[in-house]
Amino acid sequence: MKQQSKNHNNPPGVLPNFCHLGTSLRAIIAVEAGALFAAFACAADIPDALTLFAERSVLIQPTLLLSMLLLCLAGGPIRKLPYPLGMSVLFVAATVVPSLVAFLFQRFLPGLPVPGVLPSGAFSAALAGLLLLYYHLRSKALSPAVTEARLQALQARIRPHFLFNSLNAVLSLVRSDPRRAERALEDLSELFRALMRENRELTTLQNEVELTRAYLELEQLRLGDRLAVAWHIDKMPRDALIPPLILQPLVENAIYHGIEPSREAGEVSLNIYRSGDAVHIVIRNPYAETGSHHAGNKLALANIRERLALHFDLDATLKSQPMGAVYQVHITLPYTRATQPARPAAPAYRG
Amino acid sequence: MPHNLPAPLRLLIVDDEAPARRRLREVLEDCGRELPLKIVGEADNGVDALEQVQREQPDAVLLDIRMPGMDGIEVAQHMQKLARTPAVIFTTAYDNYACQAFEVNAVDYLMKPVRAERLAAALAKARHLNLAVLDALREAHPKSRTHLSLSEKGRLRLVPVDEILYFKAELKYVTLKTAEREFLLEESLVRLEAEFGERFLRVHRNCLVARDKIDQIGKTPGSEEGHYVRLRGLDEQLPVSRRQYSQLRELLRD
Repeated sequence: MKQQSKNHNNPPGVLPNFCHLGTSLRAIIAVEAGALFAAFACAADIPDALTLFAERSVLIQPTLLLSMLLLCLAGGPIRKLPYPLGMSVLFVAATVVPSLVAFLFQRFLPGLPVPGVLPSGAFSAALAGLLLLYYHLRSKALSPAVTEARLQALQARIRPHFLFNSLNAVLSLVRSDPRRAERALEDLSELFRALMRENRELTTLQNEVELTRAYLELEQLRLGDRLAVAWHIDKMPRDALIPPLILQPLVENAIYHGIEPSREAGEVSLNIYRSGDAVHIVIRNPYAETGSHHAGNKLALANIRERLALHFDLDATLKSQPMGAVYQVHITLPYTRATQPARPAAPAYRG
Repeated sequence: MPHNLPAPLRLLIVDDEAPARRRLREVLEDCGRELPLKIVGEADNGVDALEQVQREQPDAVLLDIRMPGMDGIEVAQHMQKLARTPAVIFTTAYDNYACQAFEVNAVDYLMKPVRAERLAAALAKARHLNLAVLDALREAHPKSRTHLSLSEKGRLRLVPVDEILYFKAELKYVTLKTAEREFLLEESLVRLEAEFGERFLRVHRNCLVARDKIDQIGKTPGSEEGHYVRLRGLDEQLPVSRRQYSQLRELLRD
């Protein structure tokens, strides 16, 4: 169970992973900010400070990138060390690499305006210390207990409106089309099983798609010809890992805001594909500017955005925007494959 | 309720979802064994519902609240203009606020899925609504009307809000202008502005114009101070007050 949780964030006592975009970005921003402060502290006036900052950045940037590349490459073994030892190794590495670079510059290119070994080392040590302290505090704040509590609070909830309308639709079939009623109840139980599960672990895209299909069957029952669905998932990586209940709530949103308020028939389209190391999920629905409940939409999207962040930090993004007569939600998340067969969806989906 | 036992209760079912209408029909059949009733029609939208109410003159309407376009509360609002207003029973799948408002105002409502016993009880005491009650319901369900209604020779005339060019207040009435003709409304400009402020802009003390119909603005020739606005589909120029002119200019710039 625990291994299944491919949580990119740091459980306590686990070192930051320098292969992740979020970690690198934070380091770059922190170091550049530090360099800017240092330049202002040393310089006489503002133009002077900016020149100094630019000169230093020429040295600092490659050094920083080199350090992070090394830390990313050596990340596996370092992260296996006990936490305090690992932190110490990171600290020493972050101090020694820049000092070494400064030393090499002084030795082989003595003409360049490069700071000495001592200031470079001191500067790097101070920033490395601050960054590691930040990661230490952050991993405490994002401890499994806190993260799981947060995930649980964010667990997608189905709209009661949908539940009761669906039950009503099923009741309308009991006398006239009992078989269809049976199927609808099966869809409904599949959906609620997924909703009531403790959804903290990642699931596969395939499972998400099947769940969303069950949901759409029920909506089709209610809305009939008003709802058309277009699936474009030929290039979908079925084994990609995704937080559970990301797709279904987005489609629910698309129907609630794009199909239900309109008397015209409309289409919800789902486009899921992989491009390089990223999985893209694009959902489109008709958009009418006069729609009345945009606040609810924002809330649902914020919820999904936060859940993506808890799982993938900055490596996942969610963009939503109206594009003419269409509203589009576009999710990008890193492609990670299920290492073991993920929990099966419902057994034998529809005979 | 205008029914004596031998005469069946005449009912109209209004819901945008076909399964919901079918379900109500089935449950009504069950009720029919105890309570004589007749379903005189079904409508899947508000405009059609109002049409059928006038044609069939039902005793009561089972009215879904959440429908695309004109919702159930708006249908009930327009029905108040009819000479013979049917009793109304609202139906809803789930709506906390509306249900609270129903309780407070003693309005009949049914939660979907509807039970035969509850439906029979509601039919037995179906009530007529009045405008004050509907205003209270509207507060729990804020949404501006999609149509304005007026009574013309005993018939209900619906004017879609997106066809309206402007409202103009004159002595006692408000004139409503569409591309084809004009109507007199018994509503105040202040109230209309509060309800439709997103779509209509005040250009003058006595005039609201549709924002999306504004074509051009300019200085009235031969006058020092005067400004005018022109609307698409309208030949006349409407005067703009100086205070509103700058706001209008900014709106056009966007």
